Amino acid sequence: MAMHDLDMTHVNPETRKLTKSGLPLARLGYGGAALALVAATGVLEGYELFLASSILSYAIAAMGLNVLMGYNGQISLGHGAFFAIGAYGAAICIDRFAVPFALTPIIAGVVGMGAGWLIGKPALKLEGVYLALATFGLAIATPTVLRSDLFSEWTGGVQGLFLLINPAPEWTGLDLDQSIYVAVVLYFLIFAFVTLRLVRGLNGKAWIATRDNPIAARAMGFDVTRAKTRAFVFSVLACSVGGALSAVAVQFVAPDSFPFFLSISLFTAVVVGGLCSPLVGPLLGASFIVMVPNLTEEIWQGGSWAVYGAFIIVIMAIQPRGLAGMLAWVRAKVTATSNND
Amino acid sequence: MTFFLEQLIIGLSSGGIYAIMALALVMIYKSTGHVNLAQGEMAVFSTFIAWSLVQMGVPIWPAIFLTMAVSFVGAIVLERVVVRPFAEADDLVIVAVFVGLFLGIHSLAGAIWKYEVKPFPSAFSDGSVNLMQDLSIRIHTLGSLATTGAVLAATWFFFRYTRLGLALRAAADNHESSRLVGINVSFMLALGWGLAAGIGAVAGVMIAPVTFLDPGMGLAPLIFALAGALLGGITSPFGAALGGLIVGVLEAMISAYVPYGIEFRELIALMLILSVLLVRPAGLFGEIVTRRV
Repeated sequence: MAMHDLDMTHVNPETRKLTKSGLPLARLGYGGAALALVAATGVLEGYELFLASSILSYAIAAMGLNVLMGYNGQISLGHGAFFAIGAYGAAICIDRFAVPFALTPIIAGVVGMGAGWLIGKPALKLEGVYLALATFGLAIATPTVLRSDLFSEWTGGVQGLFLLINPAPEWTGLDLDQSIYVAVVLYFLIFAFVTLRLVRGLNGKAWIATRDNPIAARAMGFDVTRAKTRAFVFSVLACSVGGALSAVAVQFVAPDSFPFFLSISLFTAVVVGGLCSPLVGPLLGASFIVMVPNLTEEIWQGGSWAVYGAFIIVIMAIQPRGLAGMLAWVRAKVTATSNND
Repeated sequence: MTFFLEQLIIGLSSGGIYAIMALALVMIYKSTGHVNLAQGEMAVFSTFIAWSLVQMGVPIWPAIFLTMAVSFVGAIVLERVVVRPFAEADDLVIVAVFVGLFLGIHSLAGAIWKYEVKPFPSAFSDGSVNLMQDLSIRIHTLGSLATTGAVLAATWFFFRYTRLGLALRAAADNHESSRLVGINVSFMLALGWGLAAGIGAVAGVMIAPVTFLDPGMGLAPLIFALAGALLGGITSPFGAALGGLIVGVLEAMISAYVPYGIEFRELIALMLILSVLLVRPAGLFGEIVTRRV
């Protein structure tokens, strides 16, 4: 693509100087956060490690879906299907071929991208609500396929598969929970880095242009179809890797772990966390979908769906950029007042 | 041959239920341009209301009509309070609001009536009739088929021969012109929701005796109804009803004759949705929308 030769991200030199001077601080912040995540291995224990691993694996999936829905404006209600494919991919790798668990997300990602290509190729011709309808169908159909006797030899059918996971080698001094957590953090950092690079680079510009005005984007020389396909493939990759990691963290897969509502949960994570917030939004959204069921299910079975529903509608009404948007708003208020003093 | 006939009648009967649901989807789509993802959950909620009434000792038919009335009013309120503020928003917001509505209604049904599966009484007498030698069909199946016919005929009559029906069609066709001739468009949109919920309730009480009643039962009928509506054309009530019947027969045939067919019914509905949207997005009888680019 000749486009790479042009400086499409050209900005006013003054502004560039300003952002440049701000950059080392931001990098320091990211580095510090990454170190804190790794250091948490020694601090958190047992269940907390499991919870953190779940949140981070859902956050990976949400990062991908956020690129698709937030930056590219394509609505998917069915990415739970790819999460499930990733999880089953990892589970079968471990169950059948004794692949080390830390490598399974790579295989799962490749398998997921294949499935995503098969489904995305026709589905990407659909626009707006119609893509949402087709993926809604995908979400409903997925659990019945997983439950099927046809594949039960591989998938374990209704009973599912228990995964025997070996911890990291002894010299690392990590126990099972810790080694899973470290692997999850590693993948999370890779995805966080890649996502930020993508959305801030030319791909991000192409995605936003395609979302806001496909005709103008085409006139500017962007390949709209390619931009859409890239966003879809990246979201599928992230969801299948997230699924693989969550299967490893739970050490068990069964059709009931990937119900129709999983797709809705991922959608909720993106919308509640905040569209177009590449990192903070998915993290907040993932924490939301992991913590809310934990808190509400004891009080009221199915109550988490009510909380999801209420949050979605309220957020759409008052702050379409979700929790991350609210956070930014609060921060802007605080800095504004402190500057005035 | 008799097996085939039996499957055909069963297929037509469940197809009739999908046809009613598809009609409900079309009713909302035509007037507001939104596909109501919460339609299935609304029907389930209505069915639970009917179940409660029956438990309180109300005979089944009055219970059904009462439920339809309650659903009609409830949906009008829902449209006014929750959906209307988002009427002009973009696609993502609309879809998100419908997902929110879906979750809200689903968990409200779960909170009130719990998640255990309940039997639901048939509106018709139990047992079956012998249509031919060794072809006996449950009376509920035939009754549900007849109900579908009655609902479709009543809907057609309403839209074709009443002033209100005419006003509704006008409002769906062109908001601006309808306002100019004195139609209260805003009220018509809410009325569309009410009617959709009312006939959705019929679909619910007809399917519940077959599938049993639980908060999750709305999903499968919704995807089949969606497939039917898209196949027939989501802008055409007649097409959607026919599409629903076709999907019902297709589902019965595939379940009966294709190995593992019964497990992949939903997948086949998905394939149908995808292929219709790709090959002929307007469906068989829908109007083809042209857009200036």
